[in-house]
Amino acid sequence: MTDVREVITRVHREEWARVVATLARRLGDLDVAEEMTAEAFAIAVERWPSDGVPANPGAWLTTTAYRKAIDHLRREVKRDEKHREALVLSDTPEPLGTIDDDRLRLVFTCCHPALAMEARIALTLRMVGGLTVPEIARAFLVEEAAMGRRITRAKAKIKAARIPYGVPFREDIPARVTGVLVVLFLIFNEGYLASDPAKEPVRGDLTAEAIRLTRLVRVLLPADGEVAGLLALMLLTEARRPARVSASGELVTLEDQDRGAWDRELIAEGHALVRQRLASGQAPGRYQLLAAINAVHTDAPDLRATDWSQVVALYDQLVRVDPSPIVRLNRAIAVAELDGPDVALAEVDRLPLQGYHLFHATRAELLRRLHRSEESRAAYDAAIELAGNTAETAHLIRRRDQLAGP
Amino acid sequence: MAQYLLSVLFDSNDLATEEEQAAIDVFNERLQTDGHWVFAGGLASPSTATVVDARGGEPVFTDGPYLESKEHIAGFWIIEAPHLDVALRLAAAGSKACNRRVEVRPVLGE
Repeated sequence: MTDVREVITRVHREEWARVVATLARRLGDLDVAEEMTAEAFAIAVERWPSDGVPANPGAWLTTTAYRKAIDHLRREVKRDEKHREALVLSDTPEPLGTIDDDRLRLVFTCCHPALAMEARIALTLRMVGGLTVPEIARAFLVEEAAMGRRITRAKAKIKAARIPYGVPFREDIPARVTGVLVVLFLIFNEGYLASDPAKEPVRGDLTAEAIRLTRLVRVLLPADGEVAGLLALMLLTEARRPARVSASGELVTLEDQDRGAWDRELIAEGHALVRQRLASGQAPGRYQLLAAINAVHTDAPDLRATDWSQVVALYDQLVRVDPSPIVRLNRAIAVAELDGPDVALAEVDRLPLQGYHLFHATRAELLRRLHRSEESRAAYDAAIELAGNTAETAHLIRRRDQLAGP
Repeated sequence: MAQYLLSVLFDSNDLATEEEQAAIDVFNERLQTDGHWVFAGGLASPSTATVVDARGGEPVFTDGPYLESKEHIAGFWIIEAPHLDVALRLAAAGSKACNRRVEVRPVLGE
């Protein structure tokens, strides 16, 4: 016999966004949609153990939430006729050529560029991901009340400024999809390498949530190469998570990771996506290139067997799409393997990244390989000074202390 | 339909150049033909402002703007749009035309 609680957890994962999105469109109110969906799930928790799980849990939840919402709105209207301010529905004349799904409207509304980035992240996790406010607050180490205010304020702006509940204008779609991907990638990165020293260095709950949301967006925008690219990038990064932090809480670099601990299933799925994108013949964007680079890494049995010329060639392509110094720093790391640390160091030294810990960490590693211990030590010191992640700091300190004494 | 105030933000008292003015005229015409136009105007420099406070009965007049700041509102449009995405597009076109930053704020409904 399956545990009903498990079923509810699964249904929550699968149906939350759909119920909120459907209600938001029918009611024209995001706030009520969210509240009533939560209430419907609470009723399910109460009733399903004795009544049994309905044949179509999603439909049951939508109907229950909708009925609750109608009751709620009737009371509201009685209390204050003017109180109800409708969510603005915008329907683009040309519906994207993709699945017309309310969840897509919900995603675009939560990731609207008129909202502050942290509000977009919080709203997406709440409305689309179904995380509770305390869960989101914990994930970002923010006080629960502050996180609640952040979400309330964002919802108030959506109403007052009439941020539409809909798919953007056709010309705006590429930029708006990029905006959605930025939100998803930020959620993933926060889980993968938390920036705050007070947080766990790697948090699987957030990376898993980011992957789940990206899978959903991929279902909604199946033709978008960058969505597939981001999903592949996340999968190939997540696959290495088990090997990434040592038992003592120290970051393990690619070179020293136990490749046997990598998740082969995730790697296979990521590789399949990368191959699919390559076969499409379309020019790859940023995420597809990053995914391809990670595919090369995860294809190699060890660091030395890595196809570095392929990695550098992909970085060359990436530099053309995104010529930022951080991309060039990562390219230089690959160049070190292909052309030697001296060539790489000359490139790194040209980059304006004095405030970035990985700039100093990269210099430290290159200088170490060139047997310039004193300079290497100074570079480690600078990197340790700037690093925020506890696992990273521990790794850098150990590397520094391994250097031959002066 | 909702109304939005598009405020033109600027940090000097220089008026629009001839080119900018021509682009603004084109933009204004487009607002009118497309049915977004409510009202618009350029503002004289903040140093010409007078603040009036009659809360205490007799009005008190103070020379100058209510807030000394580097940036001020150099002009504005009030437009009508069905939702923010339309308002933002118009604001982007307006910002391009007048060559200045534009703040978009919804006007409260009835």
